[in-house]
Amino acid sequence: MIGQSLRDLWFGFGVALEPHNLLWSFLGVLLGNLIGVLPGMGALTAISMLLPLTYTMAPVPAILMLAGIFYGSQYGGAIGAILLNMPSHPPHAVTCLDGFPMTRQGKGGTALGITMMASFFAASCGIVVMIFASPLLVRFAFRFGPVEIFSIMLLGLLAGATMSRGSPLKGIAMTAVGLLLSMVGTDINSGVLRFTFGLPELMDKLELVALAMGLFGVGDFLLNVNRIRHVSGEARVRLRDIRPSAAEVRQAFWPMVRGTLVGTLFGAMPGTGPTITTFIAYVVERKVSRTPQRFGNGALEGVAAPEAAAHAKTQIDFIPTMSLGIPGDAVMALILGALLIQGIQPGPQLITEHADLFWGLIASFWVGNVLLVVLNVPLIGIWVKLLRVPFRFMYPAALFFIAVGVYSTNNSLFEIYEVLFFGVAGAIFLVLDFPVAPILLGFVLGPLVEENFRRAMLMAHGDLTVFLRSPISLVFMMASALLLAAQAAFGIRGALRGRQTGLVPRGPALHNVADVE
Amino acid sequence: MTTITARTKDAIGGALMIALGVFAVVQGWSYRIGTVSQMGPGFFPTAIGCVLILSGLGIVLGPLLAQASQARQAIAAEWRGQLCIVLSIVAFVVLGRFTGLLPATFAIVFIAALGDRQNTLRSTLALAVVMMLVAVVVFWWALKIQLPLLAWGGS
Repeated sequence: MIGQSLRDLWFGFGVALEPHNLLWSFLGVLLGNLIGVLPGMGALTAISMLLPLTYTMAPVPAILMLAGIFYGSQYGGAIGAILLNMPSHPPHAVTCLDGFPMTRQGKGGTALGITMMASFFAASCGIVVMIFASPLLVRFAFRFGPVEIFSIMLLGLLAGATMSRGSPLKGIAMTAVGLLLSMVGTDINSGVLRFTFGLPELMDKLELVALAMGLFGVGDFLLNVNRIRHVSGEARVRLRDIRPSAAEVRQAFWPMVRGTLVGTLFGAMPGTGPTITTFIAYVVERKVSRTPQRFGNGALEGVAAPEAAAHAKTQIDFIPTMSLGIPGDAVMALILGALLIQGIQPGPQLITEHADLFWGLIASFWVGNVLLVVLNVPLIGIWVKLLRVPFRFMYPAALFFIAVGVYSTNNSLFEIYEVLFFGVAGAIFLVLDFPVAPILLGFVLGPLVEENFRRAMLMAHGDLTVFLRSPISLVFMMASALLLAAQAAFGIRGALRGRQTGLVPRGPALHNVADVE
Repeated sequence: MTTITARTKDAIGGALMIALGVFAVVQGWSYRIGTVSQMGPGFFPTAIGCVLILSGLGIVLGPLLAQASQARQAIAAEWRGQLCIVLSIVAFVVLGRFTGLLPATFAIVFIAALGDRQNTLRSTLALAVVMMLVAVVVFWWALKIQLPLLAWGGS
């Protein structure tokens, strides 16, 4: 079985190294890195801005490019977090805690080098896990019918709603809003028009890109305009600063391993956000350290562990996303949306039916991470300059890219109004302390949830106990119940002790997606 | 500067969710609901609407049970910036429809950039011109966007 996986992986490398695919992967990493470095632009913004570009491409290069954008922007975000204390992607709020103090001590280059190492190490481990896990999943996943799929989706939605930061109830409400939004348009079973308000443009569903760009792009700009001021950083990084010394590598090694473990564990759990993962990696590191007082003052371990966790999670997250159709977070939801647009139905069959896609993607992680290292060594100087592009020039340009990008998705000017609508709505939700990422999760999963629930009920003649009679489904249902019970218990305990203090530390400086996850 | 407590925020947010939920239930009711084994198009919207109403109630009532902190947070509306962003997007759509890509590009960048208090007229103009160049080279020439560069009267 493992032999088969290795052969498949070899085949995957063949796919990923095809010049044509390699080129798109490279382009994705480059563009992702470029956008990720810009202040206030995270992985979500990068992917949703570039998503329309992939619509016309074949599925394999499209997904490889999106994956490249994803880890490119994640790495780009780490640069901003470490050098300027500006987390533009939620998990990096944790990296800031020790990364920025390191920069202040003149060790910003080392922190970046360690980040690069940690991400490469974690990604490699993630690939090994995928090699072992995917054949198991294939065997297991063929027993999934509508009943099981609905149960696991419910678990994924609940986890996504309650495990991100902020009040779990608000998360659930936002997930419901996302589900509701996914129903706009023509109902596939009956042809009835739902929530179209007589607008012919709405008959064909809301546009995923418009929703994502509105919530994460325009919504953010509306809140940040005239608030983000130019951050003067004394960030000066030279090429030779990046290479960590042997002692530093030794110091960072075990934190990297532990971070990877945390990331792997959480990656396998559908619906757990990346912020929680990085934060737990950080806390674990502080707990095992003999000198916990160094944390927050530029401890190398405090950069290595969360970054490793974030990247390991990124890799492992693709397993539930592609094999079960359950995205781990909003970014994965976007990638899932891209798969659906390409006409690829994620599910247990994907690994066997689209072997080139699945194994090509796994191989491309590794290739992409090599590209990332290769790119960042010469380009770090340029990234540092880009970090200083003032927000006042960036957001008008970004608005233009958003408008043109959304227009080109379907050649529809109407969808730009959708962006505006969701931008304003997203800003209102953010001001009221609602997390907006679950909306995207609900929106992408909505049609699948409804369809599978309908089918399950049709086959069981409306007998709801069918969800408890299938053993697989029972496990997921129990996990969902446990999750709700735990959240309720936390909530009541919090209420008794006074206002709940958030589990995750608030990121400094920016009021943006970092607060949203 | 207006200030607001977390409790007020929850009250507004919860009420908003309840309103959305009621709307979904009312709308869902008007499509056919059907039975559990033969669900109509109205079944899911109604169910989701109920979830929204329940969670909205929880959000409103939750802080009343706890001793919520009375700390007031400042919220300052940034009317100039926000208005400019909204207007710039509307301008892009309207000008895109009636006059083509170039005026639309100029409008969205120019109007949006005016929203920032630190931008001068000169830097704003320069930014808009640069973005027009990008529009022509990247989107019109390289990516063959469907909007004409210049048009009159709409399509």
